Amino acid sequence: MSKLAVTRVAADQIPVRRHPSQNIAVVGNPNSGKSTLFNRLTGMRQKTGNYPGVTVEKHAGVTRVGDQVIGLIDLPGMFALSSHSLEERIASDVVLGRIDGMDKPAGILAVVDTTHLYQGLYLVQQLIEIGLPIMVALTMTDAAEAGGIRVDTEALRRRLGGIGVYPVVATTGQGIDVLKHALATLAESPPPTMPKLWVELDAASEALARDLPATVPRIEIERALIDRDSELAAEVERSLGPDGHERMEEWRTRLFGSEPPLANEARRRYGWVREVMDEVQVRAPVIATLSSRVTRFLNQPLPGTIGLFVVMAIVFQAVFAWATPVMDLIDASASALGSAVAAALPAGAFASFISDGVIAGVGSVIIFLPQILILFLFIILLEDSGYLARAAYLMDRTMRSVGLSGQSIIPMISSFACAVPGIMATRVIPNRRDRIATILAAPFMTCSARLPVYALMIAAFVPSTRVGFMNLQGLVLFGLYMLGIIGGLGTALLLRKTALSGPKPSFALMLPEFRLPNLQTVFMQLAGRAMIFLKRAGTIVFVVAVVVWALAYYPRSDELAATRADRQAVIDMTTTGDAAEAALRQLDNESAAAQLEQSYLGRAGKLIEPAFAPLGWDWKVSAAVIAGFPAREVVVAVLGTVYAVGDEADEATLAARLKGATRADGSKVFTVPMVIGLLIFYALCLQCAATIAVIRRETNSWRWPAFAWIYMTTLGYLGALTAYQLG
Amino acid sequence: MTLAKLQRGRKYVINGVNASDPVVQRLMVLGLVEGAEVELASSAIGGDPIEFRMFGNAISLRREQAEHFAVSLTSEGE
Repeated sequence: MSKLAVTRVAADQIPVRRHPSQNIAVVGNPNSGKSTLFNRLTGMRQKTGNYPGVTVEKHAGVTRVGDQVIGLIDLPGMFALSSHSLEERIASDVVLGRIDGMDKPAGILAVVDTTHLYQGLYLVQQLIEIGLPIMVALTMTDAAEAGGIRVDTEALRRRLGGIGVYPVVATTGQGIDVLKHALATLAESPPPTMPKLWVELDAASEALARDLPATVPRIEIERALIDRDSELAAEVERSLGPDGHERMEEWRTRLFGSEPPLANEARRRYGWVREVMDEVQVRAPVIATLSSRVTRFLNQPLPGTIGLFVVMAIVFQAVFAWATPVMDLIDASASALGSAVAAALPAGAFASFISDGVIAGVGSVIIFLPQILILFLFIILLEDSGYLARAAYLMDRTMRSVGLSGQSIIPMISSFACAVPGIMATRVIPNRRDRIATILAAPFMTCSARLPVYALMIAAFVPSTRVGFMNLQGLVLFGLYMLGIIGGLGTALLLRKTALSGPKPSFALMLPEFRLPNLQTVFMQLAGRAMIFLKRAGTIVFVVAVVVWALAYYPRSDELAATRADRQAVIDMTTTGDAAEAALRQLDNESAAAQLEQSYLGRAGKLIEPAFAPLGWDWKVSAAVIAGFPAREVVVAVLGTVYAVGDEADEATLAARLKGATRADGSKVFTVPMVIGLLIFYALCLQCAATIAVIRRETNSWRWPAFAWIYMTTLGYLGALTAYQLG
Repeated sequence: MTLAKLQRGRKYVINGVNASDPVVQRLMVLGLVEGAEVELASSAIGGDPIEFRMFGNAISLRREQAEHFAVSLTSEGE
């Protein structure tokens, strides 16, 4: 018998249901412990992606019960079947089977936080009416008991029409095995039989169904009647024919009178929920937990606000101070590797492509990873502990003054590290206008890629004198941060008054209890978000680095190369030792500068010089700024090359060279007004292809990124012009 | 008396909602409907927005919306 035969036999024994053909949707309120339960069930066997056409993250995984494999989808947290926010709409569409390319789930695992039965049962009731096989996991039973609540699961099962109700503690794994065995048979179990709560609605959907294609399920008609302004309602109305809207409105009047349908639904369902709660909930003695005491302390306005500033200061400190050593290490390794490769390969286009294009490109992607990971880690920790919602609550009043709500604060804070995750964090903002205003304000925040240029210019041109108790250099840096904040908030305000005017943004937010984050959940989320960042921003930053390299490298001048060879021969003959090395390095730098001058980038700099002349820039500065448009972080390296000190020159050397730079007539290029103008330009400009791409993705149109680019570039130009002309 | 005027440490019950504002409708979906028992939990600096406890949940909203909810003290509220 050969080994091959043995493997064949083994392959034959693999159970037929190796890959789940149908998935179970895991549905629940935000912060109901849903994701922790999902992670507990699936472990590492999960995948993060996106729902088709939208930017909502999709988490899918599998769990094994015996030799059966069950597919699970962790839906975004939701309070109700609704179209209120993008995430809630996607979650609703998944359970209703309305997502293109996705099958309707085979069953629903409804996750209910025992301490928040009130909202949990509201959703469960809506989910039961969908008619899919369904079961309930009661999470946080331990926290509920500590808080004085015990639930009679048998009574709850009866009230829910006999569906399975399983108490679990997801963090310790208690009750998980029983839940898993129930999951194994869920897809085959019969649909729920709870009597319809709402007989009139049932009758209405039955009557309307006669005039609709059989593909429109009854539940969709019912949701369309209630959720009047949703896409679903518009679809059902269209399928009904030209008078569809009138007919639906007629039914709405008959069912709800003048009462808004959503209000009617809420009153009706919560009436039922309170009745069920009275029956199934048994009060137990309350234990004052640490978290409730912390909550009570931080609930007072002043400690709460001070606490928020302390938390933000810690996040900033972590993102900037802790990441620096790692970033320096990455930077040094990338240049060392680049130099080593350049030295090992025969000099020429290929060596330059590998060392200055590919290695520098990869380096410029991963150099942001430490900051991004630390930022993500803190945001996930804050999110999971329930603090983010509180930050939004505390900052609401401030954000309201610029026409936004507290929910815009997290995207803004994230953007101080990088606008890409900041813009991605706007997904929680339900209103599209608020969301776009926040997206367009985010790129103004001083991201970490702006810092190298700030540091270089400030060190070179701002004297390190004391102004009061502050250092002037620090003051200028602070001013640039403020400029970004004012630019961003001013833009939001301007947009809310003009293109994005509309009703004042609302603010209605659930504030979750403080809770220690679950490490597994934190890790899984961190890994997922890091991958998305690398895919989304990393590829763009890398491509940009390679393109900028090509523009600065080509075309090569043979004449310059010949001159360089001649000079090198002279040095080789006349000098030795350290002097030769220094002379060679200078020759390399000068030759690189000369090659750059006649490269596409150098020519572009000269071509555009007249446009930037009113800002006091010569072609060299213009070329560096052009190179920075797709990725602002390359500006310092280009300045290093163009001023012939090498692209890896230390700051002091480059600063000295910049100070000495003159025009043909002998006047200095880098005067104080010109430098201030350059800094303002840099602070206000949208020089980042990754940000443009993410705006395009999140707004689903080219209109907003195009507007943002033109608007911010104009603003930067005018700012620099004002500074230079007044100075 | 409306939700915007609650005193700390007392229990109230919602007994009327003016539901025309969509934000108010959303708050109703979150559970602020007639019969819900509420307590004032906190307010941000400047007294707005405000946070309520409701059956173990904490919910925050602006004063402006809180005006749309009529409340009265519960029997045990004193």
